[in-house]
Amino acid sequence: MLRESYTAIVERSEELRGSFATEPYECGWAGEAIFFVRILERTGKLEGITLHVQISPDGIRWCDEGTAITLGEEEVAFCKVAHFGNWLRLSGTLPDGAGMRAIIALSLKA
Amino acid sequence: MQEYSRSILNADPSLSRFDPLPRIIYHDDFNSGLRGWVELIGNYEDSLDSMLPEYADMRPPMLSSGTHWDTGTHGAMQGTYSMKLATRARAGDISVSIKRVTWRHRGPVRLEAYFTFKPEASELQLSVNDVRAVGVLFDLQDEEYRWMPHWRYLNALEGKPVRSWQFKRKREPFHDIGGRAETVSHFHLAPSGWENVPDSGQILCYNEVATKFNWYYLRMDLDLASRQITHLQCNDRVHDITDVGPMMIPAMPNLDCMLNVAFWVETDVDKRAFLYVDSVLLSGEW
Repeated sequence: MLRESYTAIVERSEELRGSFATEPYECGWAGEAIFFVRILERTGKLEGITLHVQISPDGIRWCDEGTAITLGEEEVAFCKVAHFGNWLRLSGTLPDGAGMRAIIALSLKA
Repeated sequence: MQEYSRSILNADPSLSRFDPLPRIIYHDDFNSGLRGWVELIGNYEDSLDSMLPEYADMRPPMLSSGTHWDTGTHGAMQGTYSMKLATRARAGDISVSIKRVTWRHRGPVRLEAYFTFKPEASELQLSVNDVRAVGVLFDLQDEEYRWMPHWRYLNALEGKPVRSWQFKRKREPFHDIGGRAETVSHFHLAPSGWENVPDSGQILCYNEVATKFNWYYLRMDLDLASRQITHLQCNDRVHDITDVGPMMIPAMPNLDCMLNVAFWVETDVDKRAFLYVDSVLLSGEW
């Protein structure tokens, strides 16, 4: 059986500042996932900022899964996660004066 | 339909609940992927910033098991998964998913689907007026016209129940996109210009709690030859299509034989609204 896969663009070019989280994404069918963060525009210093993968029992309440992305100077950063239940999102807090516009892709595979 | 054809459909539980025309163009039940359904995006040139802002964020569809905080996994009408569209938690936000094919015969086509809609179960309240609308549209083109039948169920507006089916034939203005005069765009889902389908009031089974799903049947027939909407039906109600019409636009470049179908959901409050499509079948007669 061919392994099902799907990439969802969970954030596209909207300006992110302060505390943010991507919209809840249901993906209980998938066994593994990669969050890709492609930064289109940077404001202030983003290097060293950490974004956290979060999981949820119901799509409403969230906890850190433990996997994180640390932003650097590269255009695209990523992290891998598995065994995540039914929902995923990516959360972060940008310090005062920092912001970005990014395409955040969630690549899923059964 | 020929009796033997109906017998063949009846032998397949996934098809027996549909009344397709002789040719099945696609049948998606979402238990094996999203099968070509994708987020709608507006036209752009050079930069995403050139897109009309209404199209910037229509949210990706997902495969949902209908899992809730109180009862766990609800599943779909058949199997576990349905296609879920989710708005942001912002009044007026819309999520749209589309499937794009082309037609090979300019004749009758029929869209059937089983669907339901719910607000996010983030409050222990009835929430029956939190979803503003759900709808389905075709985007079609032949040699003379691009035509776009729009049909929506306006559940509530600004907190007040409506529970009525509407259509839209009013065209929205086209805007040039980018600087090369190659691309235009129009936001056809704008809130203005909707008209009531005659005698279109219909109460759907909300069922008291945001985490209970009851699935509804939808059918929309078109004739590509005469550019007419020929049948609108939800569950047991066949609606009067007298004076119901599509948006009509002179044919545009590079859209020949287009046969696109899109579903959408719109929230009326600062809470996510969800549309679930258990299955969709597009059929034609040729």
